[in-house]
Amino acid sequence: MQLTRPLPRLKARKRKLSRLARAEEREGYLYISPWLIGFVVFTLGPMIASLYFSFTEYQFPAPPKWNNLNNYVYAVTKDELFWLSLGNTFYYVAISVPLGLTGSLFLALLLNREFSGRAFWRTIYYVPSIVPVVATTFLFMYIFHPDFGLINGWLWKLFRIQGPGWFTSREWVKPTFILMSLWGIGGTPMIIFLAGLQNIPVELYEAAEIDGAGRWSKFVNITIPMLSPTIFFNLITGMIGAFKIFGPAWVATRGGPYYGSYFYVLHIYNQAFLLWNSGYASALAWILLVIILFFTLVQFKLAQRWVYYEAASLTGMA
Amino acid sequence: MDKLRRWPVMSLRFFSLHFFANAVTVLLGLLFAFPLYWAVSNALKGPREMFRIPPLWYPPHPRFQNFLEVNELVPFFLFMQNTAVLTVLRTVGGVFSASLVAYGFTFFRFRGRNILFFILIGTMMLPAEVTLVPTYVMFSKVGWVDSIKPLVVPLWFGGGAFSIFLFRQFFASIPRELNEAAKVDGCSSFRFYWSILVPLSKPAFITLSILFFQWSWNDLMEPLIYLNSIEKQTIPVGLLSLRSAASGAVALKLGKPTEHLLMAGAVMAMVPSVIVFFTLQRYFIRGIIMSGIKG
Repeated sequence: MQLTRPLPRLKARKRKLSRLARAEEREGYLYISPWLIGFVVFTLGPMIASLYFSFTEYQFPAPPKWNNLNNYVYAVTKDELFWLSLGNTFYYVAISVPLGLTGSLFLALLLNREFSGRAFWRTIYYVPSIVPVVATTFLFMYIFHPDFGLINGWLWKLFRIQGPGWFTSREWVKPTFILMSLWGIGGTPMIIFLAGLQNIPVELYEAAEIDGAGRWSKFVNITIPMLSPTIFFNLITGMIGAFKIFGPAWVATRGGPYYGSYFYVLHIYNQAFLLWNSGYASALAWILLVIILFFTLVQFKLAQRWVYYEAASLTGMA
Repeated sequence: MDKLRRWPVMSLRFFSLHFFANAVTVLLGLLFAFPLYWAVSNALKGPREMFRIPPLWYPPHPRFQNFLEVNELVPFFLFMQNTAVLTVLRTVGGVFSASLVAYGFTFFRFRGRNILFFILIGTMMLPAEVTLVPTYVMFSKVGWVDSIKPLVVPLWFGGGAFSIFLFRQFFASIPRELNEAAKVDGCSSFRFYWSILVPLSKPAFITLSILFFQWSWNDLMEPLIYLNSIEKQTIPVGLLSLRSAASGAVALKLGKPTEHLLMAGAVMAMVPSVIVFFTLQRYFIRGIIMSGIKG
């Protein structure tokens, strides 16, 4: 999918640029130079370095020693926490991403209607996403407290059910993090869905009505295809974000209980900054990069089946 | 607005569905708002009121001194000040350098532009975790660890691919004739940026400022890695110190229970984000809609 507006075509004048064109070129490079320098110093350089470190036995600040593929072999064959954290992360991604995506689409559909107080309700749904993650986590730990929490209090009062331990239970800790993430579905993805909905040309609906299309048929045949580039955008960004979950788990459980919420980035962080296995942490990070790249490419491949590309230009996404 | 006209007028079905959707909006909205209410309500409760069963729906004797007592446990106001300084430096640097780079990518033709822009888009997918270790090594070699420099300086070099992308989407909707006309009139390229592009792109600048503010105010991992001294700490990490102080030895020394102060700290951490969003939200939603990442 084309994520960007096409750049105006460069004229294919390869040889002699006019004096003016050369001046323009110089200025252009001048303006993008902050990014160019930043890219080399803070992205490309460190990436090459981390690829090199990933093949070394390296305990910062001691110098790195070449170690062949041992870090990778160790991760795959010996490190139980590698597979455990990977499994936890897949669990989290596989459930929180589809739920979050449908949730924010649902909210956007609700809030795209005309009704009084619309701006107010949009704000209400948006605000949870801007609460600092540490504060959110404290709040949810309190609400989901096994003994004093509201949730278990209500479960007992209404249904006489002894509620689970939530953050303190190995089985429940991941679902609890997923529930917590759902509090934020009214955030930026929802706003992006709203923007997408508002950019669907009204004429399409009018034409469908003339043809006698019902509400459901309009939703399935117009709204969803026209929104598909937006859905795809939110899917990709949401998926990448979910793979990198760190904050809530660090605050609430540090990966516990019994590694029940030990997500992959926690493993990287612990290896890098608690155990100072800098080489091994780099290898873990490169594995994450490959995983994210793989799933992004799979999504791009799958997108050819369900994303309606014409909509990208019609709605101005491209 | 157009949406209303799409609905079939006044049929019974229309009425019931619309009514049903309104009810869902309100009920779900209350569910979403409730945790916020609960946070504020508990921030004002006393030490024993927080864990009462059945719970107290509102604080019987609101204790506003809770907010001050937080500062007795940990230097919370200092954390807020640190976070504010850090956030301003990151936001200003990020917004201006990203907009300048986007300006370069949108209004100038130069060889290699499309390839460079493609690379830039590609970096959006890179998890920052990959560069974590080498970046730390680099900053510790130049002696920047335990200062805010590692958290600020990279932002002044382009402000991140996503911000550049967003700015460029916005700039692309500005008529190029404007730029041509300004050039003919002898307007320098920086003057065009400063006196024409910036004022025209106010929603984009405000949207990006809000996004930078939120990200920086909430950022947990970078302060965790780079800031060691307590007096340099930011709010997210400071809240963690507050938690250990409130439940640990410090509380015993004070001789009084302090666990209720945790919610007071959490509420103080939320307030600036919420205020910033409320004052600027009109521009924010417009900014997102007008930039390219819409439908």
